Amino acid sequence: MNADSAFFWEGVEKDELRIQRCQSCGTLRHPPRPMCSSCQSLGWNHVTASGRGEVYSFVVHHHPPVPGFDPPFAVALVELEEGTRVVGNVIEIDPANVCIGMPVEVCFVRVHDEWTLPLWRPRAS
Amino acid sequence: MPRSTLKDEAAIVGIGATEFSKKSGRSELQLAVEAVRAAIADAGLSPADIDGMVTFAQDSNLEIDVARGLGIPSLTHFSRVHYGGGAGCATIHQAAMAVATGSADAVVCYRALNERSGRRFGSGQQPPPPPPGAQIPTHWYAPFGLVTPAAWVAMFARRYMHEYGATSEDFGRVAVAARKHAATNPKAWFYEHSITLEEHQSSRWIVEPLHLLDCCQESDGAVALVVTRSERARDLAQPPALIRASAQGSSLDQEVMTSYYRSDITGLPEMGLVGHQLWQHSGLEPADVQCAVIYDHFTPFVLTQLEELGFCDRGEARHFIADGNIELDGALPINPNGGQLGEAYIHGMNGICEAVRQVRGTAVNQIADVEHVLVTAGTGVPTSGLVLGSA
Repeated sequence: MNADSAFFWEGVEKDELRIQRCQSCGTLRHPPRPMCSSCQSLGWNHVTASGRGEVYSFVVHHHPPVPGFDPPFAVALVELEEGTRVVGNVIEIDPANVCIGMPVEVCFVRVHDEWTLPLWRPRAS
Repeated sequence: MPRSTLKDEAAIVGIGATEFSKKSGRSELQLAVEAVRAAIADAGLSPADIDGMVTFAQDSNLEIDVARGLGIPSLTHFSRVHYGGGAGCATIHQAAMAVATGSADAVVCYRALNERSGRRFGSGQQPPPPPPGAQIPTHWYAPFGLVTPAAWVAMFARRYMHEYGATSEDFGRVAVAARKHAATNPKAWFYEHSITLEEHQSSRWIVEPLHLLDCCQESDGAVALVVTRSERARDLAQPPALIRASAQGSSLDQEVMTSYYRSDITGLPEMGLVGHQLWQHSGLEPADVQCAVIYDHFTPFVLTQLEELGFCDRGEARHFIADGNIELDGALPINPNGGQLGEAYIHGMNGICEAVRQVRGTAVNQIADVEHVLVTAGTGVPTSGLVLGSA
């Protein structure tokens, strides 16, 4: 986390999925960065995403062991309603049943005592 | 598009390597000096003739330590290229520019690593701090367990399958061809060990949709190559492999292995950019190469590269491969040494040596009548490529 991305994780702590928005031209961008690649403006704020999206791509991890994870587990690239994409785990579903185009919604899961992650679960389309 | 004046100005005149293994039993620096010594000797030069060095930003061996080991008296050019395996062909590109401009006269490019017995890239464990510019933006991926090269590539592969109807068997045909080629290469890990498509399909999942046999070797070893001016090359020990073209490429919204935010993630636009330059600078086209060394850390990106480089249309690589084109007797034999899937993973540098041998006519799986060989470097990262040709 750094000065460019702190707002995202501060949002996650408040159960908000935040997307950086250019203050000059309104373009949304993720992952965050200090300058808008469309208009080179340094001014930005954020919008709070609806939390709805679709699985754009995904993987199911088997090997090697990853500390804190119980394989197999699914990691998806989720395309948000707002148009940007974000990576996160898909939970509350057998990884074998995850598919591209599947509607998902964000959920905020406390993974350790210290921090929260934005994860994804199936939603009715 | 830049206008290059490098065509045929420089040549690869020496190649050297250690054995490729799973446990070298010696330091990476020792591997480096062994390979460099072998490459210099192959060229018919002596260490005193070398005045430049290029390696990967990721290489642990300082140029000055390699120079000290070899007794190289002075270096007038030294540079490093970032972005992991994307640096491979770029080391030759940097060396060619150095000798063409007079910054140096004879440059050694090297890569030495104990990738199997030392730190394994696929372990998913936190690596030592990488040099600036080589960092994976782990912030957005590590908290979700997306931590290995196989996983980063699998994300692209799944979308590619979805859009073009490719299957795991299509990736498997690349895996099978590589091991078939390796089976007749005594230096290859898969020497005398071909595999079947069924074995590919039944090999365990690493990260779906990638099976174990979709993944390259993890290897210990070192490779070095000597580059000098083409004029000088004529007087040396080996037939020169002229550098017809060399290029680097990075494209819009580029990340290191995770360029997931482009409108389309089924291509590798940075490789397209490299290919475009190679064809333009060399004046050649895909039909003019008799053999290609295509970077193969994971099978799916072999398909993508064939499309980006113009050997087939987008989404058509699976048919191109299924028709046998990448076999030794096909229209475009790829990785006759077995590639990194079958020979060894020396970050793509062993593939450049194979291209040189194909141009010289000395490869174990020699393709007939080779005039030009295309070589690519690491995929999913800012990358590079070469076209080598005979004099």
